[in-house]
Amino acid sequence: MSDYTELKKVASQVRRDIVRMVHGAKGGHPGGALGCTELFVLLYFKIMKVDTNFSMDGKGEDIFYLSNGHISAGLYSTLARRGFFTVKELSTHRKINSRLQGHPTPHSHLPGVRLATGSLGQGLSVGAGTALAKRLNEDAQFVYVLMGDGEQQEGQVWEAAMFAPHNGLDNLIAFVDDNGQQIDGPVSKVLNLGSIGDKYKAFGWHVLECNGNDFESLEKAILHAQKNKGTGKPTCIVMKTEMGYPIDYMMGSHKWHGVAPNDEELAKALAQLEETLGDY
Amino acid sequence: MKKFTYTEKKDTRSGFGDGMTELGKKNPNVVALCADLTGSLKLDDFKKNHPERFIQTGIAEANMIGLAAGLTVGGKIPFTSTFANFSTGRVYDQIRQSVAYSEKNVKVCASHAGLTLGEDGATHQILEDIGLMKMLPGMTVINPCDYNQTKAATIAIAEHVGPVYLRFGRPAVPVFTDANQPFVIGKAWMVNEGKDVTIIATGHMVWEAILAGEKLAEEGIDAEIINIHTIKPIDKEAILTSAQKTGAVVTCEEHNILGGLGESVAHVLSTQLPTPMEFVGVQDTFGESGTPDQLMEKYGLKDHHIVAAVKKVLARKTR
Repeated sequence: MSDYTELKKVASQVRRDIVRMVHGAKGGHPGGALGCTELFVLLYFKIMKVDTNFSMDGKGEDIFYLSNGHISAGLYSTLARRGFFTVKELSTHRKINSRLQGHPTPHSHLPGVRLATGSLGQGLSVGAGTALAKRLNEDAQFVYVLMGDGEQQEGQVWEAAMFAPHNGLDNLIAFVDDNGQQIDGPVSKVLNLGSIGDKYKAFGWHVLECNGNDFESLEKAILHAQKNKGTGKPTCIVMKTEMGYPIDYMMGSHKWHGVAPNDEELAKALAQLEETLGDY
Repeated sequence: MKKFTYTEKKDTRSGFGDGMTELGKKNPNVVALCADLTGSLKLDDFKKNHPERFIQTGIAEANMIGLAAGLTVGGKIPFTSTFANFSTGRVYDQIRQSVAYSEKNVKVCASHAGLTLGEDGATHQILEDIGLMKMLPGMTVINPCDYNQTKAATIAIAEHVGPVYLRFGRPAVPVFTDANQPFVIGKAWMVNEGKDVTIIATGHMVWEAILAGEKLAEEGIDAEIINIHTIKPIDKEAILTSAQKTGAVVTCEEHNILGGLGESVAHVLSTQLPTPMEFVGVQDTFGESGTPDQLMEKYGLKDHHIVAAVKKVLARKTR
């Protein structure tokens, strides 16, 4: 069993960054960002081969697309903590003249961002395109795409879901953040998805399930997905997460999908998150 | 009036297909994507010669645009291809977010544009695509006029870094431009020098403008004819120089008069050199089934409609 002490330290700091960024901007999407922090940290600090001397091409590197771009605070903090840009810049999130737009974009030339996302449903198609490019370039690295569960309601997701297995893209690994919540309420009430895993299976994917808020469970699933290379089928990892994790008052509902904490709520959240690497 | 002749008629989409055949040979980074219309887009040769670089997406245009955006990460130069309607209106948000705003080097190539698609009717006859595409920041918009120009444009856009919309059509039309023409994006082509009026045309309407120029010459009207193949970025200098000389301008396009070439020309002139203008184009309506010729006649896009527009604008000419 691996020791996740260091990754847990990073995750705690990333979560402090997320709530402070959203509070500082008086807006944003803390819930999903907090829920996906283990994934961001695991990918960028352990799994992925990345070059912080950023190039858009990403040849010889692993590529990550955040299709559910609204949880940008988590990605921004992770990129900054990993060294793509200075952590000081996190304070500009969602403010005028910032490279840290409300939703990520390469238009502002922020190192680490290769796609404008936030108009949901587009990331898996782009990920499949990059997986094709890697195959053409004989580049052995992987392409990772994170999507929300509510995002699965977009039709384009299923166009891409059909395309990837048909074209044998086993270098593509998709994550669905299965937190069961979207802006208007529980996914099951808004537009029920049924079993996300069964749907991907029916489309010809390998499907794995894991606890997205547990480093060990998540890493096991990713390593398994990587071993599926050579099978001619992409892998979808349905990761159960808790929106707002682990802030007690943010978990258990959709309420914190897109709301910023006030001063008092911020203090309560920070009291539950150890400052490990120094606040920005 | 300079004399223009042609020995054959060919569809502009074949210019695209043959351009792709050539690009396939000379540029290993060029990738073609097609949404179940390989034959219509004349990509059979490309597909046969480079099966690994031909991507059949099925009837899933949104995914095709995303795939193209993704292929650029890795240095590929993707050319997406389907009918103009499905290349633009159907996938506007995908082009906006994943291509234009993401600054991706994607070439959106669109056949069967405008009314001359013919019998399939208005569901497929997009007349709004130039407007949709030119409104996207950073997008280059090109509408060539014949087979040779389309082939040259196809080859040229592979060298341009940035998103491009390339619009062409279905019917066989006269081939009257030079087979070895240099194609410079953003540079207008002076078809015929004249002094009384400027006719600015794009796409299939350039040939109609030439026919109109011949009719006008018979009546003693000396028309300057300019081919604007690149609607964005538009050749301001060519427009201003000609309007300064003639003092009257008519624009011609197989597109809604709202949002097309005419509005781009009007923007240049109204801000820098106010000049009386007339607009030959579809008058903010949908098309319908019919032969290309019947449709061009019914919707006011024939040479005689251009002649009438010239006379109208000449009556308002003040300088």
